[in-house]
Amino acid sequence: MSKPKVGFYWCAACGGCEEAVVDLHEEILNVVAAVDILFWPVALDFKREDVEKLHERELAVSFINGAIRSSEQFEMVELLRKKSGLLIAFGSCSHLGGIPGLANLFNRESILANSYKEAFSVENPQGFYPQESIQVPEGKVTLPALWNTVKTLDQVIDVDYYLPGCPPPVELIKEALGAILAGKLPEKGAVLAPDKALCEVCPRKESKPEKPQLREFKRPHEIVIDTEKCLLAQGLLCLGSATRSGCGSACVNGNMPCTGCMGPTSRVLDYGAKALSAIASLVGSNDEKEIAAILSKIADPTGTFYRYSLPASLLHRAYKPEQGGK
Amino acid sequence: MSDINKSDNGNFEPRIVAFFCNWCTYTAADLAGTARMTYAPNARVVRVMCSGRLDPQFILMALREGADGVLIGGCHPGDCHYQEGNYKTLRRFTLLKRLLLDMGIEDKRVRMEWIAASEGDRVQRVMNEMTEQLKKLGPLHLEPVSIDTIHKKVEESVAQAEGVKI
Repeated sequence: MSKPKVGFYWCAACGGCEEAVVDLHEEILNVVAAVDILFWPVALDFKREDVEKLHERELAVSFINGAIRSSEQFEMVELLRKKSGLLIAFGSCSHLGGIPGLANLFNRESILANSYKEAFSVENPQGFYPQESIQVPEGKVTLPALWNTVKTLDQVIDVDYYLPGCPPPVELIKEALGAILAGKLPEKGAVLAPDKALCEVCPRKESKPEKPQLREFKRPHEIVIDTEKCLLAQGLLCLGSATRSGCGSACVNGNMPCTGCMGPTSRVLDYGAKALSAIASLVGSNDEKEIAAILSKIADPTGTFYRYSLPASLLHRAYKPEQGGK
Repeated sequence: MSDINKSDNGNFEPRIVAFFCNWCTYTAADLAGTARMTYAPNARVVRVMCSGRLDPQFILMALREGADGVLIGGCHPGDCHYQEGNYKTLRRFTLLKRLLLDMGIEDKRVRMEWIAASEGDRVQRVMNEMTEQLKKLGPLHLEPVSIDTIHKKVEESVAQAEGVKI
């Protein structure tokens, strides 16, 4: 019997997800022995034509990382959808929009203007500015269009499963690969990770106060962080109470608070709203002014609570008229 | 089909989703009704046992599903039937307000009011005031996400929440 064929592709992402695949270390040899990799532009020399030549659903499974924010990315994932039996959103960006999804606080024009004209580090005397097409003596040249709004993978194509995390933890990748090869997958649409909040499995769980009273929010660089004590109880904005576990508590073990890359558990619709709700309700004051003063220490609520999930949120993007949102 | 967002003369009629606490504000709205006070009919009132039950997701969902504004009514500080539910609302609302401003949702679209059971006139005033303010702001147009995706996710989370002990 021929080996199942597999594809990997990246969209708006940093490359960390590709790194996570390589982080399988020697296990990757088992993967290569078990499957045929037919498409993986970041590691092997494949072109779009190679995918176009495949039959429909010839790839047993495609792993796609990165958010979708250009016409090229959309075309590629549409093509891969046609050619794949299973399609897996790999990592926070394809799952929830990820860090690139924070671009939804701005619009295309303001992003391009900042990058090519306004930022203090820009030196662009010739005034180069990205164009989608330009006429040259040899003919018309075109480039992919940057979208105004960053999308999650499942907002543009049908997704079978999700591997959460920034990047997905190696253990979860291994389990997912095992499940795919054994044909033992859960119901379609599942997130391939445990469905418990991180606090429940946190190594510091014992030191979490019964009822935390947050009187002051601190940022990691402002204090010497105790390596044993609950991070929330130390005044750090740890989002473990709202975040799915399965990461092996990597950040907490590294003495840093959870920032929420694994996204919500299955009962939550909007991660940011739920995380905000969990944190705000723990503020230890009943006085309106004092509550506002304590919460003002959270420098950037939107960037904090929607760090990985703005495009997947109910509001989806910012709606400021000057940013073209309306 | 008639557009429920427009009055008979074609003017914009805002849609307000109002979440009222069972013990105070809902009772006050009831009082306003029995006292035959008239006020703008733009709000669809949802009774919750406590304003503290109000998950910020409900507010965002209302806006996503077509509300032009959301009104939250709870007991005055110190009066909560469950002792501190309204304080939790206050804390969440304070932070959510900042997030909504970042997202370009105007300040007046989401409002919180403490209204006691005897303050039927205040329900009348707040409803009228908010309706007028929203008329000035105009409709809230959110960019469509594939709404099917959201409905699918709601169904999934409801299905998965069944049988979960809270």
